[in-house]
Amino acid sequence: MGLRTPLFAEHERLGARIVPFGGWDMPLHYGSQLEEHHAVRRHAGVFDVSHMQPVDVSGPGARDFLRTLIANDVAKLKVPGKALYSCMLNDEGGVVDDLIVYYRGPNRYRIVVNAGTADKDLDWMQARATGFDVQIDRRRDLAMIAIQGPQAVALTAPLLPADCREAAAALKPFFAADGERWFVGRTGYTGEDGFEVMLPAAEAPGLWQGLIAAGVQPCGLGARDTLRLEAGMNLYGQDMDEGVGPLESGLGWTIGWEPADRAFVGRAALTAVRDNPAHRVFVGLLLTGRGVLRGHQKVLVDGREVGEITSGGFAPSLERSIAFARVAPGIGDTCAVDIRGKPVAARVVKTTFVRNGKAMLDC
Amino acid sequence: MSAVPADLRYTKTHEWVRDNGDGTVTVGITDHAQEALGDIVFVETPEAGTEVEADEGCAVVESVKAASDIYAPLSGEVVEANPVLADTPEAINQDAYGEGWIFSLRLADPDAVSGLLDAAGYQAVVDAEA
Repeated sequence: MGLRTPLFAEHERLGARIVPFGGWDMPLHYGSQLEEHHAVRRHAGVFDVSHMQPVDVSGPGARDFLRTLIANDVAKLKVPGKALYSCMLNDEGGVVDDLIVYYRGPNRYRIVVNAGTADKDLDWMQARATGFDVQIDRRRDLAMIAIQGPQAVALTAPLLPADCREAAAALKPFFAADGERWFVGRTGYTGEDGFEVMLPAAEAPGLWQGLIAAGVQPCGLGARDTLRLEAGMNLYGQDMDEGVGPLESGLGWTIGWEPADRAFVGRAALTAVRDNPAHRVFVGLLLTGRGVLRGHQKVLVDGREVGEITSGGFAPSLERSIAFARVAPGIGDTCAVDIRGKPVAARVVKTTFVRNGKAMLDC
Repeated sequence: MSAVPADLRYTKTHEWVRDNGDGTVTVGITDHAQEALGDIVFVETPEAGTEVEADEGCAVVESVKAASDIYAPLSGEVVEANPVLADTPEAINQDAYGEGWIFSLRLADPDAVSGLLDAAGYQAVVDAEA
């Protein structure tokens, strides 16, 4: 048996199919993964993401510590509530984890890391904190609920505490409202508008039940995966890991190269990859032939293997199969994918397939 | 609780087999199997005339979750694949024992059907997995 979130009883009551994920017992779906996917694109869905781990970093050395720990530069964060997506790298330029860091005030930050990597991440952070005056506080007391979709903000706002309700409804994307007990970010992992709410575990079932009563669709990890794939968002462990860095995973935009003298972990290794024109690139694939793209299928050009799919599947909003792939540079606009021994035609496209309910490419 | 009709035969790998009484059988996947797979989005079916051996992979059902091989329950020749599945693979989720049939076979040995599991035998397979 895995770990259980404060919402486990809610999932059982709703008839969820429970699967192990990152050490946790989590809902895969509540009946139909496709219906859950469409609910998020067209209305609103709610996800229990309490397996993810908030970590508070504070103290006089917090800013300097994070400027060495992560590849993006927290010095860009000047307005309280602003969020930044980044990778935490190892010395070889591989990804220890990807994370979101929220700026809460001078030398006060909240980071959210992945479930399956949380123990490793905390050890890594502690080890790197030597010499910095910081406290690293793993917030096991918090639950986390994501509400996503065009109606998510309107349906969630009435359920928020008075001290952050108005501020949350007025948030710009990638900002958070910091209430006394609840923390509400206008962030997500679906390509739709919405909130990610961190709140005391004991209060999570109340919010969850309020959302269900308001007609928000409960959604499991299955829909979460197809939504993030369509939105062009990476999944740690599949699209990048300790052996593959951000430049080969479509995450070059998350690296803070300037100022040149900021010595973050992995910088030297990353610079060597950047300066090597033969480094692999991360692309989107749209299957034009019949079948379903899946992770680890080989990408072919003129019958020659040029790379591999990292994440793939059926895209419900496009009714087509799509994928992310890591391939040799300059492969052109079309390729084939080896599906059970047969080459099937695909187009090479950008990794953002769907945004705010709309297809970003012609299918 | 998934349905296991008494008038069908079954395999350990979750195919159902309907004896059409004319030397042919119709094959699909069980209600239990479609439920475990989740929403089905693509089916690769065998071509008519293909010779298949018992236990040989001859179709693939892809759900939102994963690809699963469908095995020939018995040896024979493929008569027809369900044409409906090309555009509506979800027919398997909606009606596993009816509209969602996958292919039909002309058996090399029409008597071989009796060697497959009956409903009680298949139910025991499902119960053992739980």
